Amino acid sequence: MIESFADTIREAAARRGALRLRGGGTKDFYGNALRGDILDTRGYAGIVAYEPTELVVTARCGTPISDLEAALAKNNQMLPFEPPHFGAGATVGGCVAAGLSGPRRASAGALRDFVLGLKLLDGRGQALGFGGQVMKNVAGYDVSRLVAGSLGTLGLIAEVSLKLAPRPQAETTLRLEAPQARALELMNRWAGQPFPISATAWHDGELTVRLSGSAAGVPAAAAKIGGASLDEPFWPGIREQRHAFFSGPEPLWRLSLPSTSPPLHLAGPQLIEWGGALRWIKSTESPQAIRDAARRAKGHATLFRAADKAAGCFAPLEPVLERVHRELKAAFDPAGIFNPGRMYPEL
Amino acid sequence: MGAALPVVRALREFLPARAILHEEEDTRPYECDGLTAYRQLPMVVALPETEEQVRRILMTCSSMKIPVVPRGAGTGLSGGALPPGDGVLLSMAKFMRVLRIDPLARVAVVQPGVRNAVVSELAAPFGLYYAPDPSSQIACTIGGNVSENSGGVHCLKYGLTLHNVLGVRGFTIDGEPLELGGEAPDAPGYDLLALAVGSEGMLFVVTEVMLKLLPKPQCARVIMASFDDVEKAGAAVADVIAAGIVPAGLEMMDRPATRAVEQFVAAGYDLEAAAILLCESDGTPEEVDDEIARMKEVLERAGATRMTVSRDEAERLRFWSGRKAAFPAVGRISPDYYCMDGTIPRKRLGEVLNFIAALEKKYGLRCPNVFHAGDGNLHPLILFDANNADELHRTELFAAEVLEKCVEVGGTITGEHGVGVEKINQMCVQFGAPELELFHGVKRAFDPQGLLNPGKAVPTLARCAEYGRMRVHGGRLPHPELPRF
Repeated sequence: MIESFADTIREAAARRGALRLRGGGTKDFYGNALRGDILDTRGYAGIVAYEPTELVVTARCGTPISDLEAALAKNNQMLPFEPPHFGAGATVGGCVAAGLSGPRRASAGALRDFVLGLKLLDGRGQALGFGGQVMKNVAGYDVSRLVAGSLGTLGLIAEVSLKLAPRPQAETTLRLEAPQARALELMNRWAGQPFPISATAWHDGELTVRLSGSAAGVPAAAAKIGGASLDEPFWPGIREQRHAFFSGPEPLWRLSLPSTSPPLHLAGPQLIEWGGALRWIKSTESPQAIRDAARRAKGHATLFRAADKAAGCFAPLEPVLERVHRELKAAFDPAGIFNPGRMYPEL
Repeated sequence: MGAALPVVRALREFLPARAILHEEEDTRPYECDGLTAYRQLPMVVALPETEEQVRRILMTCSSMKIPVVPRGAGTGLSGGALPPGDGVLLSMAKFMRVLRIDPLARVAVVQPGVRNAVVSELAAPFGLYYAPDPSSQIACTIGGNVSENSGGVHCLKYGLTLHNVLGVRGFTIDGEPLELGGEAPDAPGYDLLALAVGSEGMLFVVTEVMLKLLPKPQCARVIMASFDDVEKAGAAVADVIAAGIVPAGLEMMDRPATRAVEQFVAAGYDLEAAAILLCESDGTPEEVDDEIARMKEVLERAGATRMTVSRDEAERLRFWSGRKAAFPAVGRISPDYYCMDGTIPRKRLGEVLNFIAALEKKYGLRCPNVFHAGDGNLHPLILFDANNADELHRTELFAAEVLEKCVEVGGTITGEHGVGVEKINQMCVQFGAPELELFHGVKRAFDPQGLLNPGKAVPTLARCAEYGRMRVHGGRLPHPELPRF
């Protein structure tokens, strides 16, 4: 299978034709143009190695994320970054290429933090290995983490090793009433205290907090935080964007900001996650106005879901960084065949 | 000053005289870092005090095509800051200011010359701390930590430098300003911050670092557990993880290591045990009580012959003092020691330790082991006498065999000390030509002329070909008189 991927890549490189690397296609909505012949990664699937006592799993790109999560759950373990699937067919390769993390991001870390190594097919069709299956590894540049979140523009992720975490013994979700400014203050104050907070979300005057940890620690922290316990399942709806906030035709913007940034004055409803650092806005304001607001707050704005992506999905890069991006792209994919334009027009 | 004259003149245009060293008596202290077997006098040492001075030094060197090697405190163990004989050693020692601590945002912005331990000291009044704690934390600087992606004894739970750095600022070799990451998560574009951390000063020069601060755990306690067999201790580590516990620290020392340490710091270690484990829990008092009880149960079942739980903070620090002093302690029982840094999958621990024991006999050299057991990072310490050329040569062969074994079992040649000049040959074992070519491509994207820390971390393909030939000749290196580590 890898050989057939490599042949397809070499053939595309020879004619400088575009290849669209694709798993389940659940994130086709994300990023700019979809161009090129589809290279479907789903045929290369399966868990290669899973050692619960090492807290490491290695899986092929086409492995459905749901299969992987089910295998981990049997051993009471999980992917700590709680990745969104955005559909039943989401694959491990697509998940790492998209680089998106879920509600646990603010406390556990981002997807890239848990990438230990990967096998990559570069734009010459060469199979390359970076990192490994161990937690500490400083031999060579950290290419594995560079590739995470690169939207398939640097190569085909054939196989990836991820660090795992044990599932918490206890979990509870609390709901408090709070206007936005107060909610932002509370989330930041709590994060500076030793509470086992694993997720936060604010929307429309309601602040929802998840505590995950030991059977001893969770009730003690819940008593200090207060609020009412919420019994209905809430977090999957946030992670998968099935919550009512996310419906409707307006463009969905994802603003990444310092967590202490005051409320943004932009038209449209907002939903806040990650202790204040992630702010979703459904807004018809101009892309320029939204990007300017994000920049003033020392953050950046991504056009996450929209019918019209003419403004570009990702915040523009400074000229020096843009040059480095182009040079890196050329080093990995000299013929420019992988997902051209998906991240930036010039990559 | 001869060859140094043109660059000294150029630097004097904008640097005060005190910021330029080129007489041998002044440059001598910079001839090596923590890996003292390698020494080289730098042509010039520059000690800038401002970002603007750094920018102009880099522009000057770039236009004159002069190599530049950045240096922090010089505590690195892989020769990453070995100076260029024909270039400028760029000391960041004067960048010592803590620019901002924001307790609400849990962020510290510091200059690269700030010492690691200082960050936690300054954050302590807010109930916060900076998690990565390399053993050299009272001396090593944040800039060096970023360069090497330093670890410490709490990595399993709290991550490496990589996981605790939010952003960096700096300059390319051409003096162009760069800013990566920041307080806002998930910067747009490629994750260049991941490339920068651990890049051993090869990509650009860092002038400012933004660090993540964490709430200081209310309390911590550590279990010291004895085992009559090293493999049993290794299996106990796996059992702890399998029980769903992520200890704040999980360290192993074998008997030769505990005996060396005990003479030095009297940590109270069980000297009859074949190996001891230090297993720490942190959190709220109720969390720690609960976790310590679970840990004890697992260790007991795994065959611990004795267990002591720290009763108070003083005793906890005493138990750790031995582990943190392991390197200097070993330095007292041998004229020289050579510290390795391979990482292995934990399940291969017994096999690797037996392999090391066989090498002790093969080379006639002793090798105590300290081990970051939680994350598989092994620090075997080969004892030798550098004045004995044959011992030195045997040490080198011993070390090469251990590192190559680490790769063979699915691990890596370096977990936290970096490649530098020391392990550059073993990079040829860990990576093939296509990966090494790509690394060179990554470097060229930032430093097309190859002037920043040249010759470190990533070997040329020609060097690997040469190393391959040397290895074939029955393990006997040509020119054994040449120091190669």
